[in-house]
Amino acid sequence: MENSTPVMQKNWRSFRMAAWLGWKIESNWTDPFLFAIYSIVKPLAAAMILVVMYGVISRNQFDSPVFAYLFIGNAFYQYVSNVMVGVSWAIVDDREHYRTLKYLYVSPISIPFYLLGRGVARVLITTFSVVVILAVGVAFLHIPFNPAVIDWPLFITSLLIGILMLAMLGLLLAGFTLRMAQYSFNIGDSVAGALYLFSGAIFPISVLPAFLRPLGYIMPISYWLELIRRAMVGGVAADFPMFPGFSNLQLLLILIGMTIIFGFISVWGWKKFDWQARERGLIDQTNNY
Amino acid sequence: MPMLPPVSKRHTGWRLFLMTVFGRSYPRVIGAQRETSWVFFDTFLPMLSVAAYVFVYRAIKAPEDYVGFVVVGGAMMAFWMNVLWSMSSQLYWEKETGNLALYIISPGSMMAILLGMAVGGLFATTLRALGIIILGSLLFSVHFVVASFWQLILVFLLTMVALYGLGMMTASLYLLLSREAWHFSNLAQEPIFLVSGFYFPIKNFPAWVPVIGSIIPLTMGMDAMRQLSFASGPSLGWVSVKIEILVLAGLAVVFLIAARYLLSYMEKLAVREGRLTESRG
Repeated sequence: MENSTPVMQKNWRSFRMAAWLGWKIESNWTDPFLFAIYSIVKPLAAAMILVVMYGVISRNQFDSPVFAYLFIGNAFYQYVSNVMVGVSWAIVDDREHYRTLKYLYVSPISIPFYLLGRGVARVLITTFSVVVILAVGVAFLHIPFNPAVIDWPLFITSLLIGILMLAMLGLLLAGFTLRMAQYSFNIGDSVAGALYLFSGAIFPISVLPAFLRPLGYIMPISYWLELIRRAMVGGVAADFPMFPGFSNLQLLLILIGMTIIFGFISVWGWKKFDWQARERGLIDQTNNY
Repeated sequence: MPMLPPVSKRHTGWRLFLMTVFGRSYPRVIGAQRETSWVFFDTFLPMLSVAAYVFVYRAIKAPEDYVGFVVVGGAMMAFWMNVLWSMSSQLYWEKETGNLALYIISPGSMMAILLGMAVGGLFATTLRALGIIILGSLLFSVHFVVASFWQLILVFLLTMVALYGLGMMTASLYLLLSREAWHFSNLAQEPIFLVSGFYFPIKNFPAWVPVIGSIIPLTMGMDAMRQLSFASGPSLGWVSVKIEILVLAGLAVVFLIAARYLLSYMEKLAVREGRLTESRG
C-alpha cells in the first residue's frame, strides 16, 4: 500500500483535529467572556457546596488541615469528572446529538485517538477552573499556598501522568458507552460520582468502612490525588496521610505502573466494546426518550 | 414493512389530549425497562456519590440527621436532573433530532406533549429516587421521625407539580435557544445544588439566598420535607411548613399557567422566526 498514511501520522492527525473540534464545540457557542464565566461558575459552585457543608458543622474553622485536605482534593477531582467524562461523552455527542459517529467510522481516522483528542478541550477548561478554585481558596478560605515550598517537579509529573491515566479511563468508559446505546447519557457522570467516594478526594480512605477501603487502594486516582497534595501542601498531606508507608517516589512509581496497567485494560476494553457495538449495529443507534 | 392501518376515527378535545399525554409518556416509561442497567447507573452509582457526602459529614463529625439530609437531597436531585435534561432542554433536543417539527404538525397539543414528558419522566424518576431513599436509609441507618405523614405527601406532590410546571415553562423558553441550551442546563446543576441546599439546611445562608433560591420549588420543598421527616428538622428549617406549602401551591399555579401562555407565545415566535427546524448543531 504505497499511498497509505503511516499509522503514527494518522493517529496524530486524528488527535490534533479532534482536539481542535472539541475546543470549538466547547467554546464557540458564546462570546469568550461568557464562556470564561461559565467555566468558572459550575466548578466553583461545586466547591462551595463542600465549603458550606464544612462551615456549617465546624462553625467556619477554615484554617483546619481537614478543610485544606477536602478543598484541594475536590478542586483536582474536577479533572476526573471532566477529562474522563469528556472523552466518553464524545460518543454520546457524536452518536445522539450530531449523528456523525457513523461518518467518523467510515473516514480514515483512528477512533480512539479521535476520542482522546476530544478530551483535550476539557483538560484546558478544567485547568483554568482548578486555578480559579484554588485562587478563591487561598484568597478567602485560608488554603495554604506557598510557591517556594511546592515540590514543582513532583507536582507537574504527577499532574501529567494523572491526566493521561484519566484519559485512558475515559477511553474505557467510551467503549462501554458505545456498547450501551440506550440510557448511555448518564454513565460518565454516574461513574465519576461513584469514584468520588473511593478516591479519597474529600475524606481519607480510612473513613470508609474497612470492607470498602480496598476499592480505594486499587484505584490510581487515590494515588494521584495523594501525590498532588504531597507536592502542593506537604503539611496537610502529612496530617491525613492516605499511604503513610510509601515515599513520594514509591507513590509515583505505583501511579506510573497503574497508569500502564489501566492503559492496557482500556485499549483492550475499547477494542472489545467497539467490536461488539459494530456486531450489534449500535454505532448509529439513537433513542428519543 | 407492514403498513399501519389508516386512522378510522378522528379524536379531538380531551380524548386527543389524553392520548397525546399517554403517547409521549409511553417511551419514557417503557424505554427504561429495555435497558435494565439503569438500575445500576441511575440508582446505585448516584447512591455512591451521595455516600461520598455522607462520609464527609461523618469525617467532620456532623450530627447524624445531616446524613439523612444528604440522602433526601440525593433522591430529590434525581428530579432536578430529570426536569433539567428531560423537560427544559427536551424541546431543544427534539429540534436537534428533527422531532419538534413532527410534534407541531401533529394534531396533538404541545401542552399535552410536555405533560406526557413530565408524567413519563416523573414515573421513571420516582422509581430512582425511591431506590436512593431506600438504599441510603438502609446503608446509613437514617432515622426518620415523621411529624405529619399527610403534610409530607402534600409537600412532595406540590413540589413535583411546581417543579414539573417550571420544567414545562422553561421548555418553551428553550425553544428559542440553540446550542447554548445545552450549556445553560449544564450550568443549572451545581449552582442550584448549592443555593437550594441539596446537602445542607438552607437556613445557614443569609436570608436573600434562599429567597432567590425559592424560585426553584425544590428549595422550599426539601426544607419542608426535612422539617417533617427528622427530629432536628424543625430547628434547622428556614420558614414554617405552612408557609412553604402556601408558596409551593402558588408556584405550582403560576408555573403551570405561565407554561401554557409561554408555550403558545414562544411557538408562534419560533414559527415566525423560522427556528422550529433550525439546527445549529
